Amino acid sequence: MKFEFDIADGDFAKAGTSSSQVKHILKQLNVDTKIIKKTTVAIYEAEVNVVAHAVGGGKLLADINLERIVVEVADLGPGIADIPQAMVEGFSTASPEVISMGFGAGMGLPNMRKNADKLEIISGVDEGTRVVITNYI
Amino acid sequence: MSNNAIHHALRVDYEKCRGCCNCMSVCPTDAIRIRNGKPLIFQHRCIDCGKCYRACPESAIRVEQDDFNEIFKYTRRVALLPSILKGQFPETIPKQRIYSELLEMGFTDVFEVGMMWRVFHLATARYIKNNQDKKPFISSFCPAVLRLIQTRFPSLLDHVIPMRAPVDIAALFYRRQLLAQGVPDDEIGTFYVTPCAAKVSAVKTPNPHERTILNGVINMDYIYNRVWKRIRGEEKDMPPEPLAETLCEKGVLWFLTAGESEYARGRSLAIDGIANVIEFLENMENEEISDIDFLELRSCDQSCAGGVLTSCNRFLTVERLRNRAERSRKATCLKDPDRWDDIDDDTEYLVDHIMLGKINPKPALTLDEDMGRAMVKMEKLQKILAILPGVDCGLCGSPNCQALAEDVVNGDASLRQCIFLQKKRVAGDKTKITEAGKILDAVWGKNIFDGRAIDLEE
Repeated sequence: MKFEFDIADGDFAKAGTSSSQVKHILKQLNVDTKIIKKTTVAIYEAEVNVVAHAVGGGKLLADINLERIVVEVADLGPGIADIPQAMVEGFSTASPEVISMGFGAGMGLPNMRKNADKLEIISGVDEGTRVVITNYI
Repeated sequence: MSNNAIHHALRVDYEKCRGCCNCMSVCPTDAIRIRNGKPLIFQHRCIDCGKCYRACPESAIRVEQDDFNEIFKYTRRVALLPSILKGQFPETIPKQRIYSELLEMGFTDVFEVGMMWRVFHLATARYIKNNQDKKPFISSFCPAVLRLIQTRFPSLLDHVIPMRAPVDIAALFYRRQLLAQGVPDDEIGTFYVTPCAAKVSAVKTPNPHERTILNGVINMDYIYNRVWKRIRGEEKDMPPEPLAETLCEKGVLWFLTAGESEYARGRSLAIDGIANVIEFLENMENEEISDIDFLELRSCDQSCAGGVLTSCNRFLTVERLRNRAERSRKATCLKDPDRWDDIDDDTEYLVDHIMLGKINPKPALTLDEDMGRAMVKMEKLQKILAILPGVDCGLCGSPNCQALAEDVVNGDASLRQCIFLQKKRVAGDKTKITEAGKILDAVWGKNIFDGRAIDLEE
């Protein structure tokens, strides 16, 4: 079953809207609470990245079946130049403005990895970013 | 409906109800539907917050309570009071007067639940120290919040401190005192004067693993009305000796917002009002909130001062209690609440005996326990949502379009109850206008116009 949500850029107050919607669906499907928790946290981190970095927002696609949850968060933002470096805890390219709002601590991608059974990041400078989070049920 | 294990205290008086649906609109957990012109409460979704009770213009929702005469089954009849009761009365009324009226009503003992605040505080501190991995900690003080987490946020149950409610601790303490004096167990009756509907439900929900320590609940408004009538009626000299132990300032303030959080170590937040609590828990589930150590979450605005069974304005109650607390503070200076070396045997015993086992989830959002079947329902749900107008008018008898779609897939409603779809079907000759009328009657009842002749031309 597939679901699609839009993510608006630049509005941190709205970050969390899509993850909450996916969370609600997972609760309705009676998915194990621990899996819901880690999936929601991973999606939230991806959502915050779109809000913080992407211009023109992004899309969240969730594909759920009895075996796994696959969530793809895609944007047309600046892209990530060096993915291994971005995975290091504390590494951040967030603007001072974003950091002053309590985001951009460089924990986004590491936290995503921690909460995903499988994490794929496809990105290049000026090519946008696609993050695919897979959690097995 | 599943989850019948929860007992609910809110009852609808069908005689008084005129079928206005204010209750359905305000329910924070979408637990109410309108059928045949009257509210139907989905028990597995209800958390007993009492929003509907407050919203009803006809006072048609009431809170079930024990018959007051139940107390006379026991020879020792203990009234357990939250400080909120004192806050219902002007500060000029001495607490001794309130206690004496309770004794005249038939109680043999009065005891302030606030006396237990330090036991609660110490047990909380110890649990936090030994379970650091469960941060942030959520207090289990408010029974409606506990139900909310069990039904809608089960993944957060791990953060809840599994402790008995304050009144249960007080009942345990007082019963122990009386047993030590040689009073037989079955002659002791402990009754809570409750400001809150959720506590009534919590007491009435049977727990097979546990002996009863609290025998009953009496609604606070009932006690207030009886006591206030007598106080207004006559002046009375008070006996010189105190009728109950004096409550310290923290015990007075415990039932108000920040009553717990103020004494918690580290970073703590106090949040009151059910909508605020739900919003916060949503954020917490996403881990948007970090570095908080302790959360005091209370369902009612102004905490227990805003309990649905209180009679006095909640802001006035808070002000009165703050003044009373200030007087207590001046009278006796408090010791360091975190010291363990000066506690008595009773406190030590209680701290060791008030933790509960695991608190079980009672998920209310699932479409089906079997995930495969839930998936099938979900697909249907998405299709239905795509055709519903999304205006959340409630005329179908469900509080919003999302709820109607869920009700349809769960077999609790028909899609044709949607007024907009009905109009389209009538216009397309797919549904007869008489049939549409019948569907409307099934939701709103036949007597919505009470037989009045309606002439729109007039």
